[in-house]
Amino acid sequence: MHVQEDSLEDQTTTRNFNPGELEDQGSQLKPKTLLENRYLVERALGTGGMGAVYLARDSRFSVTKYVAVKEIIAQVTDAALREIMVANFEREANLLASISHAAIPKIHDFFSINNRSYVVMEYIRGKDLESIVNENKENLSVQQIAIWGIELCDVLHYLHTRSPEPIVFRDMKPSNIMVTPENHVVLVDFGIAKKFQAGQKGTMIGTEGYSPPEQYRGESSPKVDIYALGATLHHLLTSIDPRDEAPFTFAERPIRQLNPDVSIEFETIVEMALQYNADERFKDANAMKEALIQVARQGGSGYHAKGTAAIIRDYEIKPLWDFECEDEIRGSAVVQDGLLYVGAYDNNLYALDATSGQFKWKYASEGGIAGTPTYFENSIFFGSEDHRVYAINALSGRVQWSYSTDGPIRSTPAIQDRHVFIGSDDEHIHIINTTTGRRATKINAGSPVRSKPLIINDGLYFGTENGDLFFADFNGKIRWRANAKRAVTSSPSINNGVVYFGSLDGQFYAVNAQTGWPMWRFRMERGTISSPFVTDQFAYIGSADGNIYCINLQTSKEAWHFSTGHQVSSSPLLHNDAIYCGSVDNNIYCLDAKTGNLRWKFDTGGAITGSPTIANNILYIGSLNHFLYALPI
Amino acid sequence: MNNFLKSLFGQTKPSADPENEAAISTAKPPSGAQDITRPLSPHLDSITSISPIRADFPQLQASCYQSVGKQRDHNEDALFIMTSMLAGNERQFPFGIYIVADGMGGHQHGEIASEIASLTMAGHLLDQVYRSQIRTNPEPPETPLREILAEGVIKAHEAILENAPGGGTTLTALLIVDNQMAIAHVGDSRVYAINKDNTLHALTRDHSLVKRLEELGQLTADEAAVHPQKNVLYRALGQGEPFEPEIITALAPEAGHLLVCSDGLWGLVPEITLGSIANTNPTLNEACQKMVAAANDAGGPDNITAILVRLP
Repeated sequence: MHVQEDSLEDQTTTRNFNPGELEDQGSQLKPKTLLENRYLVERALGTGGMGAVYLARDSRFSVTKYVAVKEIIAQVTDAALREIMVANFEREANLLASISHAAIPKIHDFFSINNRSYVVMEYIRGKDLESIVNENKENLSVQQIAIWGIELCDVLHYLHTRSPEPIVFRDMKPSNIMVTPENHVVLVDFGIAKKFQAGQKGTMIGTEGYSPPEQYRGESSPKVDIYALGATLHHLLTSIDPRDEAPFTFAERPIRQLNPDVSIEFETIVEMALQYNADERFKDANAMKEALIQVARQGGSGYHAKGTAAIIRDYEIKPLWDFECEDEIRGSAVVQDGLLYVGAYDNNLYALDATSGQFKWKYASEGGIAGTPTYFENSIFFGSEDHRVYAINALSGRVQWSYSTDGPIRSTPAIQDRHVFIGSDDEHIHIINTTTGRRATKINAGSPVRSKPLIINDGLYFGTENGDLFFADFNGKIRWRANAKRAVTSSPSINNGVVYFGSLDGQFYAVNAQTGWPMWRFRMERGTISSPFVTDQFAYIGSADGNIYCINLQTSKEAWHFSTGHQVSSSPLLHNDAIYCGSVDNNIYCLDAKTGNLRWKFDTGGAITGSPTIANNILYIGSLNHFLYALPI
Repeated sequence: MNNFLKSLFGQTKPSADPENEAAISTAKPPSGAQDITRPLSPHLDSITSISPIRADFPQLQASCYQSVGKQRDHNEDALFIMTSMLAGNERQFPFGIYIVADGMGGHQHGEIASEIASLTMAGHLLDQVYRSQIRTNPEPPETPLREILAEGVIKAHEAILENAPGGGTTLTALLIVDNQMAIAHVGDSRVYAINKDNTLHALTRDHSLVKRLEELGQLTADEAAVHPQKNVLYRALGQGEPFEPEIITALAPEAGHLLVCSDGLWGLVPEITLGSIANTNPTLNEACQKMVAAANDAGGPDNITAILVRLP
């Protein structure tokens, strides 16, 4: 007969358990404690507020047979209350003894000693899912998670279909799910006794995370488990522990933004399981299982899926017309009274019919036109790399005046109170009368100004290539200066007393408009010359890191980002519920403004550095392939 | 825009160009501001253009009051207030720090944790924000306010872990710099804006499980008020892993009061009563005492702290 090594140990060191010895009611059982003259405690596997789980040997067998012994300590002094708790415990143990499923440990025995109750059950080898997700630096395989999800649905379905009453697990979370060496899941730490809490006073801390809202109303239906399974899958797919986040905020962490490997279908299943209202979740675990099986068949990864949810329709977008210039179009167009105006690096400013694309006139400057023309009272104003600012009659294309600066102009003019405000590489902002072309004043900026000045009530904001954002009054007196570490080519925007701008230093800044005090900044992976589009809640901006960002202005955190294939110098444009923005990867993108999901894209065949313009449901965008496109939206 | 026109054309040579004259007249504001006397010289004009946004002297005032309550034997609330004004030829710089921390019962060192949190945050703000202003030609700090406040919360959290292990506390810190307001917030102490009509508007969101359920419509306000877990926070300083603190930056309200308080006050006294006390008592000190007294009259089951700030 084979003798197990540890059975040779001196048995006299074991002591039968006498709870009377434990003065401290909460203390843990020591190794070698013998329970019921049968179960020899080896060590604690885990402890909780209500007791512990021990690894023990069943000494009735001569071979080493391990069991898990779960202990629940009724820490109440009231004898009647304690009796109720013990009775509940025994009722539930009986219930569990009547069920049998591969993913539920078998119950062997149960007993109570004074205020301590014990369940003896099958010992499950393996590792719990919480440890697995914590130990994996990379995301877990999506396909693997889908398969675990199917198995979990299967055991939930089994529990929920017991009669006369469905059994609700109530405590689905990664730490309660073991993965066996054979890669099957088993539910452990069965909800034999829910934490008993007397009404406590004073401020306390507690972490929740996997339980649905209705559980706090004391409701316990099978839908509770479906929500908790959704929460568990969300944790596994995103590696973000819901206990570290505000409760019930899964919707604020869309899965596919955090893990692009997840398919739309899988994301939809988890979102459905996580609905606040129980009625909007899957009707039962079986329905969720069927949906997960579909996902698993597709391999879990969206890029293989040909689902109906895919709404990318690049093939559908056909330009209404296009127009070829003689060189690159780097700037943006402006549309006024049915005419479109755009500058090109062939030195020309073009006027086209906005509906048909028909050529109307062009005006040749002596340098490339980088900025966007601006319309004001029948005139078009623009700067050129030939150092001059021009005013052109919008209908005839005849020049009205030109104004010389001492450097190339790449800034876009702003117009306010019949004056043109425009920056130049001669390190000044020039303020020019729109009618006469005469200078009212100029402001020394200390370095080239390529951003478009922002004018509000009592002054103007402008960025410089030296990395300053200035606020000046109209005398040219600098009221304050905010520093970025590199050039501010991005044009500032203002909303609710806050000025927003990007910099080549890779930051997006929020600065108090009155005092210039920095409020917050948002870090991008690379610098930007894109100008933000700002609403009350969000700012949208492109970056040389290839992303289009949506930043929540209240939290200063990213709401979403969309990755393009190359730098984004283009400035995003919000129109209705969509963001339109170009990229150096040749595409103009249309994204859902709320989620950043791609609606469509159009490949221009050349890099895009300018920004889209929208008028009468037509989007106009120029490309470095010399073409200007008119796209229906 | 009036300033703009004055300053622009104040420097331009008088022009006989009729179109230029037309420009001035059409761009004039419709009413009111026109009767401001036109400055005689560009120099004088530049002085008017740096005049403060608020016409009067933008001085902050604040007071506070605290009580252990009627059912507790010790005080686990901590507070810090400081109000300052720097004024001279070139600037008027109102500044204030107002902090409430509510130590958690049932935890070790609740009262120590709250005091450490409050002092650590106050010291951090004085170092990082205030000190740079006590000089001629002051510059704003290089670090944005949001990051300074977030660092303060992390420092407070670490100080508790080190000096009062196991202790937990809320921390709500209100910083006022000129017209700018910034709040760092963890837990369920609150900052309110008090309106002229005695209504209150909470600027902070409680990190409370039950509050969250109420926001989601899963509990009614009545259910929430009696929920057994109504005192359970999901975030507190000194507890658990470090987390991203909640920081709010916004322009300070134009006028009125701000109230920073612990749940021993807001949980007991109806908002409208707090608003009415703030608006009807001539001195802030009196108002704070009455607020705390109202909480004690309602049973005073918890420690009570109130800080009342009157905006310029």
